Amino acid sequence: MTKTTAAPPARTSHAARPSTARPRRRPGVEGIYYAFLLPSLIIFTLAITLPALIGIFFSFTNSIGFGEWEFVGLINYIAMFSDPAIVQSYLFTFGFATCTVIVVNIIAFLLAVGLTAKIKVKTGLRTIFVIPMVVSGIIIAYVFNFLFSNSLPTFGQAVGSETLSSSILANPDLAWIAIVIVTAWQAVPGTLLIYIAGLLAIPGDVYEAADLDGAGKWQQLLRITVPLVAGYIFINVILGFKNFLNAYDVIVGLTDGGPGTATRSIPMTIVTGFTGGDYAYQMANATMFFIIVVVISLIQLRLTRGRNAR
Amino acid sequence: MSVQPALVARDIDAAATAEGKGTRRRSRRGSEGRSGNSSWSLTIVLLLCAVTVVIPLYVTISMAFKTQSQSVDGNAFSLPAPFSVEGFVTAWTLTDYPRAFLVSILITAGSVVGTIILGALASFAISRNWDRRLFRWSFYYLLGAMFIPFPVVALPQIQLTGLVGLDNPLGVTLLHIMFQLSFSILLFTAFLRSIPAELEESARIDGASTWQTFWQLIFPLLAPMSATVGIFAFLASWNDFMMPSLITSDPSLQTLPVLQNIFQTQFSSNYNVSFASYLMAMAPAIIVFLFTQRWVMEGVTQGAVKG
Repeated sequence: MTKTTAAPPARTSHAARPSTARPRRRPGVEGIYYAFLLPSLIIFTLAITLPALIGIFFSFTNSIGFGEWEFVGLINYIAMFSDPAIVQSYLFTFGFATCTVIVVNIIAFLLAVGLTAKIKVKTGLRTIFVIPMVVSGIIIAYVFNFLFSNSLPTFGQAVGSETLSSSILANPDLAWIAIVIVTAWQAVPGTLLIYIAGLLAIPGDVYEAADLDGAGKWQQLLRITVPLVAGYIFINVILGFKNFLNAYDVIVGLTDGGPGTATRSIPMTIVTGFTGGDYAYQMANATMFFIIVVVISLIQLRLTRGRNAR
Repeated sequence: MSVQPALVARDIDAAATAEGKGTRRRSRRGSEGRSGNSSWSLTIVLLLCAVTVVIPLYVTISMAFKTQSQSVDGNAFSLPAPFSVEGFVTAWTLTDYPRAFLVSILITAGSVVGTIILGALASFAISRNWDRRLFRWSFYYLLGAMFIPFPVVALPQIQLTGLVGLDNPLGVTLLHIMFQLSFSILLFTAFLRSIPAELEESARIDGASTWQTFWQLIFPLLAPMSATVGIFAFLASWNDFMMPSLITSDPSLQTLPVLQNIFQTQFSSNYNVSFASYLMAMAPAIIVFLFTQRWVMEGVTQGAVKG
């Protein structure tokens, strides 16, 4: 299958709609088509839309998850801005997502350049680099947890580094680095595969021309390769950022939000609403988080459409 | 993991090709084969990079085969000596592996089958009735799930599944299907548009009903897409931690990834046991990947993921 078939109708213009190939008006829709569509629509509405609406509704109340409640207007939203726990989780999550996006994209891009060059054991190497993508996040976080709290301190003592002599997971200033490392370990493969697709789409004659003009390898990388895969960089940055905002498994497995609440992400804070008695308040938090994700997604759609129109 | 680059991948690809004014075929050969002989130095650099991927996996495997006393000697990188399977034996009973495996595999199988069948049926209805508003809007509506991460709806979902008695693996399966549905509908509708209408018309002339046309003609044609959709549903479902840990209320119905937390609390110093258990929980996904990597790799770029 070529990639061209993967275009969703969502983006197609009126002229390119699938309907143009078919009769414009049919006498009526065959009943069975409704039967095909309805199960998805009904389950989706009950499983996702309804909970989302209920959540937004309760964000304007003082409900604790059960029993009586009353409307409190925007109080939950206003309180969030002066709540150190919430502010900290937003700062941490955005800082973490930004760092991880940068780290992941640099590593994945360089690996992709290497993996599309003329090398030995290419298939084998690609397989190895993709494996982290299929490993459970929580489990690999437990494995790294062991390495960070047992092996790394042993190494730290051996080289006489005071900071590394104790577990970095217990250090409020360094724990986030461990989370970035493990998240990057898992996220590089997906990003890498997209970059490989991007690099393979660059025609070779561009480089031949550059060779003739006497451009060096580094110059070619910066002046030709990077601009030509700019679109892929953009996709990877946006998708990665959105994914990293949802960080949960890896953090639970490494620090569980600690030390203290130093590495508690937004999703982890939201989930405390289930046990912490501030259900409505965390629903306001979830609604806020939802708005942020939607805004990022809209920017993504807008910019990709802009590219498309060009 | 959720990967959904699909939305944009094609444009960019087209843009890149247009910019380079080359055909795909030519470009592929071009950039892969431009500099004569393969480079050993680059291969070695990449092999060194691959070590960072391999180390955690190597530690998991070697720790799993150590004896209890060797596993706590502080050297994570040594080879097992003597070679021991006691970790596996203990982990097997401690996590009640057969039961946990069964729960995991049922949720995963349900998600894979559900995502493929529901996605294919809905996509078929949507793409064949695109001129109808209901179907067109349904498409955008179902795609909307891409913008709703699970944490946003987690609290109400925990509450609702509890209320209607779905705070169990069945509820988790349904949620997995719903969160995978937008990805599968995106892939299926794109593919369905490429199937020539004549094919279906000739089936109808032969007297096939819509139901028969779908199952005997369309669904088999969708097989390559179903493979991609199915593998991503498998990986997302098998590896998921957040949903089962929050939705399933009965600990004895918990999935393999969620059960591993017992080694963080109760059995935290039996490293050989915990790593044996991690290995048994990770291995199925890695094995499936090794056999299906072509579809996994194509899937990421084709319509790729989110999750």
